Amino acid sequence: MADRQEVALMAHLMRRAGFGATHDELEHLVEQGYEATVERLLSPESEPDINEALLFRYLPMTEYITAAEHAQMNWLYRMVNSPRALQEKVSLFWHHVFATGLDKVETANTMHDQIVMFRRHGLGNFRDLLVHLARDPGMIYWLDNQDNHKRAPNENWGRELLELFSLGVGYYTEKDVYECARAFTGWTFTGKSRGLAYPPESWRFDYRAEDHDENEKTFMGFNGNFNGEDIIDIVVRQPACARFIMRHMYSFFVEDEPEVPKWPNERPKNPEAIDMLCEVFINSDLEMRPVLRTLFNSDFFKDAMYKKVKNPAEIVASTLKMTESYNGPNPNWGLLALEPGTMGQDILNPPTVEGWHTGGEWINSGALINRVNFVAERLRDTTSPGVRAMARRVGNNGGTMATGTFVDRCLFEMGLDSVDDETYGQLVSQAENGGPIVYGENGEFEGFSERVADMLALIAGTKEYQFG
Amino acid sequence: MTTTSKDPVLVVLQLSGGNDYMNTVVPFADPHYFDNRPLLQLAEDDLLKLDDNVAFNPSMGPLHEMYSRGDVAVLHGVGWAGSNRSHFRCMDIWHTAEPDEFASQGWLGKATRQIDPNGENPVTTVNVGQGLPRALVADGVSAASVANIDTYGMLTSVERAEIRAQMLDRFAKMYAPAIGRGPVAEYIAKTGMDALNGADQIAVAPKKYESEVEYASNTVAQRLRDVAMIHMADIGSRILYTEFGGFDTHAAQGVNHPRLWSEVSGAIADFWDDLNAHDAADNVTMLVFSEFGRRVRENGGGTDHGAGGVAFVIGPNVNGGQYGEYPSIEADKLVEGDLAPGMDFRGPYAAILDDWMGIDEREIVGGEFERPPIFKN
Repeated sequence: MADRQEVALMAHLMRRAGFGATHDELEHLVEQGYEATVERLLSPESEPDINEALLFRYLPMTEYITAAEHAQMNWLYRMVNSPRALQEKVSLFWHHVFATGLDKVETANTMHDQIVMFRRHGLGNFRDLLVHLARDPGMIYWLDNQDNHKRAPNENWGRELLELFSLGVGYYTEKDVYECARAFTGWTFTGKSRGLAYPPESWRFDYRAEDHDENEKTFMGFNGNFNGEDIIDIVVRQPACARFIMRHMYSFFVEDEPEVPKWPNERPKNPEAIDMLCEVFINSDLEMRPVLRTLFNSDFFKDAMYKKVKNPAEIVASTLKMTESYNGPNPNWGLLALEPGTMGQDILNPPTVEGWHTGGEWINSGALINRVNFVAERLRDTTSPGVRAMARRVGNNGGTMATGTFVDRCLFEMGLDSVDDETYGQLVSQAENGGPIVYGENGEFEGFSERVADMLALIAGTKEYQFG
Repeated sequence: MTTTSKDPVLVVLQLSGGNDYMNTVVPFADPHYFDNRPLLQLAEDDLLKLDDNVAFNPSMGPLHEMYSRGDVAVLHGVGWAGSNRSHFRCMDIWHTAEPDEFASQGWLGKATRQIDPNGENPVTTVNVGQGLPRALVADGVSAASVANIDTYGMLTSVERAEIRAQMLDRFAKMYAPAIGRGPVAEYIAKTGMDALNGADQIAVAPKKYESEVEYASNTVAQRLRDVAMIHMADIGSRILYTEFGGFDTHAAQGVNHPRLWSEVSGAIADFWDDLNAHDAADNVTMLVFSEFGRRVRENGGGTDHGAGGVAFVIGPNVNGGQYGEYPSIEADKLVEGDLAPGMDFRGPYAAILDDWMGIDEREIVGGEFERPPIFKN
C-alpha cells in the first residue's frame, strides 16, 4: 500500500485538476508517480474519451439537448466519468471566467456547444481561445454582438472582453471600449431556432462583411482598420492580460483570491507565484499547458491543500465518484444535474456575466445546508459500492478497533488529513456513543458499514470538509 | 434583544442587469425622449401618467394603481457621480454604499449588526434566492439564505429522529466558535450554527401560511411570496431581500422590458395584497432598485449601460409621489451620453435606515446626503 502522504498529495492533485478520485485510482496513480500523473492529465488525448454512445443510448436527451437540465446532465456525467479529468476541470474554469448563462441564451444546446468548445480549446493557446470565444454563438448572443452594427455599435461584448475576459478594470479607456465594439461589428451568428427544431439545431458563427465597420480605429494606442482578431492580438500582448488570466488560474486551481473587483487594490496572495506563471505563459506564447504543468508541479500548489472552498460542482461530482454508483447512465442523473444549483452554482447559468462569487462566498446558510445534506444522503447509503468499499478499508484488519483509529480512517477516506481538535473530539465522541467498534465480514458487516456511513455523513458536515 | 411583531421591516427587491429608467418612468413631455428613442419610444397614448410630464410604462398597471393610492415614492435620477457602467462595480457600490473605494461589508449587513448586535436571531435578515448578496454581508453577521422554503433544514433525509437529533447536536458543538483556523473557517462555523438555528424557525413559515392571493408562477412573484411567508411567520425578521434578473436589455428591449415590468409590478401588487389581507402591512416598507439606468440613446434594438436610474419606495408609511428632478435629456446635460444622477443613492439609504428603521445611519452611509422626505412623520 502506498504511503499515506503520497496518497494525500495525489488526492489533492486530483481534487484540483479533476473532480476527485476513488481510493483505488489514487493508489494506482501513486504507483505511476506525481509528475507522470501531471503529464497524463495534460494530455487528455492519450486517455480514451468517455463512452458517449452508452450515455446517449440510455439518456438520449443528453444528445438532443433541448433543456437546461439535459446540458447539465451531460456535463455532470462527464465530470464524474470522463477519464480526461483535466479537460473537464479546465472547461469549468473557463466557464467561471467567461460566464455565459442560459437565463438569457435560453437554448441549452447552444450553451452545451460552448462547453464543447472549451473542452476542445481550453488547454490550448489563450489567443486562439479568445478568438473561438468571440465567435461562439452563445457568447455573441449573451453579450448582444448580433446587435453590434456598423451604423449602431453595441458595446456589450467589447466592454466585457476588456473588463472581464482579458485585462480587468483600469487597463482600458471608454474610448477603447467603443473602438473595440466597432472592430467586432458584423460578428454574428445564424440559426436562432429557439428550440423549435428537433433535433435541436446548432447556432453557427456568421461574419457579415457588409455590416462590419471598415473605417480606421484607434485602440490602445494603435491605429488601423482593425477587425476583431486584430483587437485580440493587441489585447493578449498587454502585460495586464497575462497577470489577469494567471491570477484567475491561481484563484481557481491553487488558493482562493479575493473577488475580481478588488484586484486593482489588493495584491495577489502569492505575487511570486503569479510572476512565475506569467513568465511561463508569455514565454510559451500564451499556451495553457506549460502554465498548468508549472502550476501543478510547483511547491506553492503542493502546499495549498485545503486552501480553497470547494465549489458546488466539485462537491457533487466528487461525492458521486466516491459512491461508485454513478459509473454509468441511470435514471437519477436528471435530478442530480440540478444539485449544484441548489448549492448556488446553477451550471451553465451563472447569475451574471461576472460569474459566480467564489471562495467563502460559496457558503451561506442555505448553501451549506444543501452541501451537507447532499453528501450525507449519498454516503449514508450503505448499498452503494463505494461506501461498502470504504467500510472495508476502514475495517482493514478486522476485529475490534479503537475509536481514534476508526475516526482517522474515516477522515482519510473523505480526503481530510487533519481537523480541528473540537471537530475531532466530537467525531470520536460520536463513535464512542455507539459502543465497541467491531468489524467482521459476515453478520457484522452491515452494522459496521452503517457506523462508517454515519461517520462519513458527520464528517461531510464539518467546516473542514468544505475546503478542498 | 427583544422584538415585537410591529418593529419596522424592510423588504428589498433588487432588479439586476440595469433597468432602463427612461422606459420605466417615461418623460413623455420632453421631445428629446422621442429623438433618442426612435424605435423603443413608447406612444404617449398608451402610457400610465403620473402627471403632465412623466408616466409609467404601460406594463406597470398594478404599480400605477398603487401610485394613485399614494403608496409609491418614485425617486428620480438616483445614482452617484462618476459611475463606470460596470454591472459588477455598480452593484457592489449599491451593496456597500461606498462609491469611492472597494468595501467588503454591505449596508444591510451593517444594519443587521445594529439591530441584532449579538447575533441572537439567525433570521433577523433573510435572503430569498440563491447565494447571499454582498448587501447583507458584514463582519460577525450571518444572514439566512433560503432558496427553497419548503425543504429548508439540515439532514432532513435522516429518517430516525433520535439519530438526526444526535448528529445535529454534534454539528452544533463542532460549529462552536473556532479561533485560529482563519476567517473563512470561522465564517463557515458561524454559518453552520446559524443554519441549524435558523432552519428550525424558517420551517415554521410555510406551515403557518394560508392565503387567498394567487401569485403568478414567475420567479419574482414566487420569491415575493416566500418573503411574505417569512414576514407573516412572525419570527423576528427585519430585513428581507430578494433579487430578480434580466434587465440587461442591450437587445430586444421592446419585447423584454415590458414583460419584466409586467411580472415585477404584478408580483409587487400581489405581495401587498397578501400582506394587507393578513393585516401585516403596517410595519413594512419596500425598496426597489437596480444597479444603473441605461444609455439615453438607444443602440438599435436595446440600450447600453448608463448611469442615473430610478428607484421606488413602497408601503403604507410612505408619502407617495415623486422625489428629485428627472435628469435633463438635453445633449449637453448628459454625462458621456448618460443621465446625470441628481440624487445620491445614499440619501434614500439614510432615509430608510434612520427615518424608517430607526438605525444610526452615519457609519453606514458615511457622510451627509440630501435625504428625500419619503416617510410619513
